[in-house]
Amino acid sequence: MFYREAGDFKTSYQDDAQTFPIKFDRYRYYAVIAVGLLVIPFAINDYWANAVLVPFLIWAIAAIGLNILTGYCGQVSLGTGGFMAVGAYACYKLMTAFPELNIVFVVILAGFVTAGVGVLFGLPSLRIKGFYLAVATLAAQFFLVWLFNRVPWFYNYSASGQISAPERTVFGVPVTGPETSAWAQYMICLLFVVVLAWAARNLTRGTIGRSWMAIRDMDIAAEIIGVNPLRAKLSAFAVSSFFVGIAGALFFAVYLGAVEVGEAFGIQKSFLALFMIIIGGLGSIFGSFAGAAFMVLLPVLLKNVLVGGLGWPTDLAAHLELLIVGGLIVFFLIAEPHGLAALWRTVKEKLRLWPFPH
Amino acid sequence: MPDQLLFAMEVTLNGLMTGVLYSLVALGFVLIFKASGIFNYSQGVLALFAALTLVGFQEGQVPFAHLINAIFGTEIHHFGWHLPAILAILLTLAVMVLLAILVEKYILQHLVNQEPIILFMATIGLAYFLEGFGDIMWGADIKTLDVGLPQGISETIDETTYEWFGYGFFIDRLDIVATVIAAILVISLTLFSQYTKHGRALRAVADDHQAALSVGISLRFIWVLVWSIAGFVALVAGIMWGTKSGVQFSLSLIALKALPVLMLGGFTSIPGAIVGGLIIGVGEKLFEFLIGPMVGGATENWFAYVLALVFLVFRPQGLFGEKIIERV
Repeated sequence: MFYREAGDFKTSYQDDAQTFPIKFDRYRYYAVIAVGLLVIPFAINDYWANAVLVPFLIWAIAAIGLNILTGYCGQVSLGTGGFMAVGAYACYKLMTAFPELNIVFVVILAGFVTAGVGVLFGLPSLRIKGFYLAVATLAAQFFLVWLFNRVPWFYNYSASGQISAPERTVFGVPVTGPETSAWAQYMICLLFVVVLAWAARNLTRGTIGRSWMAIRDMDIAAEIIGVNPLRAKLSAFAVSSFFVGIAGALFFAVYLGAVEVGEAFGIQKSFLALFMIIIGGLGSIFGSFAGAAFMVLLPVLLKNVLVGGLGWPTDLAAHLELLIVGGLIVFFLIAEPHGLAALWRTVKEKLRLWPFPH
Repeated sequence: MPDQLLFAMEVTLNGLMTGVLYSLVALGFVLIFKASGIFNYSQGVLALFAALTLVGFQEGQVPFAHLINAIFGTEIHHFGWHLPAILAILLTLAVMVLLAILVEKYILQHLVNQEPIILFMATIGLAYFLEGFGDIMWGADIKTLDVGLPQGISETIDETTYEWFGYGFFIDRLDIVATVIAAILVISLTLFSQYTKHGRALRAVADDHQAALSVGISLRFIWVLVWSIAGFVALVAGIMWGTKSGVQFSLSLIALKALPVLMLGGFTSIPGAIVGGLIIGVGEKLFEFLIGPMVGGATENWFAYVLALVFLVFRPQGLFGEKIIERV
C-alpha cells in the first residue's frame, strides 16, 4: 500500500545509491530523527533518561563499534569492556589536564586514543584467527582493567581509586557533573549517535567496508583478489575502537559520572555488547540499534514485571534475566542467526507485497 | 640455600598444583573441541553447575525453592536429609548426562553445519542460561563443598623439607589429591579413546564427521557421549575448585583461565592441556612473586592471557596443536 518503489523515480546515480531507496523508509527515518530531536527532549524525565534512553544511546554506539569489528570484519572481540575503559580514562585524563577544552572535543580525542590502543591489540589479529583471537582479546580486557586499577596516574592519585567527571558545559549548558539535567544528557548522546551512525553506515558501504566484508567472508581469498589484510584488519580495529572509546567516554562522563573500573567496564560488559550484536544482527547498523534497545529494555521490563508487578525478590529476577538472555541467544542463533535485523528485512519484504501477496 | 630461592621453589610447586586445576577445566574444552569442533565456552559454567548440584544433593536442598517460595508464598528450603558424598556424586553425574542429552537435542542438533563462530556464541548463550538456571535451582549464596577430600597443610612434606633445607614448604594436601586425580583422569581418558569401541568412534568423528557417518557411527550418540564426559570432567573440576575456594560464581571466571591454557597447549591436544596448565600455573605464580610487587600486584588477573597472546604470535597453533592449514 504505502511501502513500495513504484512511482519513486531515480533520475541520478546519487538517487540510486542512497541509503534509503524507498520513500516510506526515508520519511520514517526523518520522522524518527525529528521525534528524537524535537519531541523527546521536552518530554524526558530523569527516570526515562537514566533507565532507558541514555544507556540505550551509549550502548548503541558501542554495539555499532563492535559490529564493525565482528559483524563486518569477522574478528570476534571479547575486549569491548576494556576498550570502553580506555575511552573513559582517556576522557577523564583529558578533562582534568585541559579544563578549558570543550567536552565534545575531549570525547572525540578519547575516541582517537582508544583507536590507538585498539590498533595495538589488533596487531596479533594478523597472525591469530578465529577463537584464538577471541581469547587473545581477553588479554586486552583483563590487562587494561588491571592497569587502570593499579596505576594511580590514571585516576589522578585519588584516594578512592575512582574517577569522577567534573562539570563541563556545551553552550553554557552543563552536560557532565551532578548539575546535568536529563535532557542535556540525552541530547549530547543523541548528537554523537546520529553523527556516528551516519559515519558507520557510509563507511561500511564504501571501499573500506567492502574490504572488511571480503576479509570476513574469507581472508585468504580476499588477499588473493588484492585486499590488503593488514590495512583492512587494522582499520577495522581502529574504527571499531574509536566508536567503543567514545561510548566508554560518554558512559563515564555523561551517564555514570563516577566510575570504578572493574565494576563499570568488567568482562560482563564485553559479553553484553557481544549479545547486543548477536541478537540485533551481525553486520547491520540497524541491528546494532535493535540489539542495544533489546538488551537495555529487557532488564528494565523484567524488573518492572517481576519485582514491581509480582513482588518477587530482586536477586531472583536477576537470575531469571540471565536465564532468559542465555535462552534467547541460543534461540536467535537457531531460529534467526542474523538477528532482529533479518526479521525486520523479512517484514519489509512482506510489506512490499501487502495487501496483495502472490 | 638462600631464603629467596626456597620461596621461589615453594611458589613454583604451588604454581604446578594450581596449574593442575586449570588443566582439569581445560581438559573438558579439548574433549569437546576434538569431537565436535565446538569451542565450548560453557565448560567453566558446567563445572559451577555440577558443583552447585552436588552441594544441593548433599545438603538435601529443594530445587527451585526460591522460585517456588516467590510464586506460592511458601517457606520451603531443605528436605531435611543429608546424602552421602558418593551417592550425591552419582546423582550429579546423572544430571550431567541428562544435561548432555538436552544440549544435543535442543541446541547442537539444530546447529549442525553452522560456522564454528556461531556454535561458539551458542555455547556462550548456554553458559548464561546454565548460570541463571543453576542460581534459580540452588540459590546463589556461597556454599561450602566437602566430599571428604583431605585438606590443609601436608605435614609430611613440611617436615621432610624442613629436615632437608631448614625451611618447611607449605603444600595443600588437596592440591596433591588433585594432581593424582588429574593424572588418573588423563590416563583413563587416553585408554578409553585408544582401546574401546566408543573411544575409537569418538576419534573417528574428530577426524572427519562425514566419513564417520558413512561407516555407521551415530553422530548424535557421540555428541551426547562427549558432552557427558565433559560434564564428568567438569564435575571433577567443580569438586576440586569448590573444595578449595567454595562454590560461588567466581568459579566460572576461574574457568576462563582455562582458555589461555588451551591456547598455549593447542586446542586439539590432551597432553597440551596438561602442559599448558602447568606452564600457566607456574608462570603466573612466579611472575606475581618476582615482578608483581614492582608493578602493584594482582598480576594473576591478566598474566595468563598476555602470555598466551605473546606466545600465539610466534606459534599460532599452540605447543602441541595440529598445524593450521588454510585453503581457499
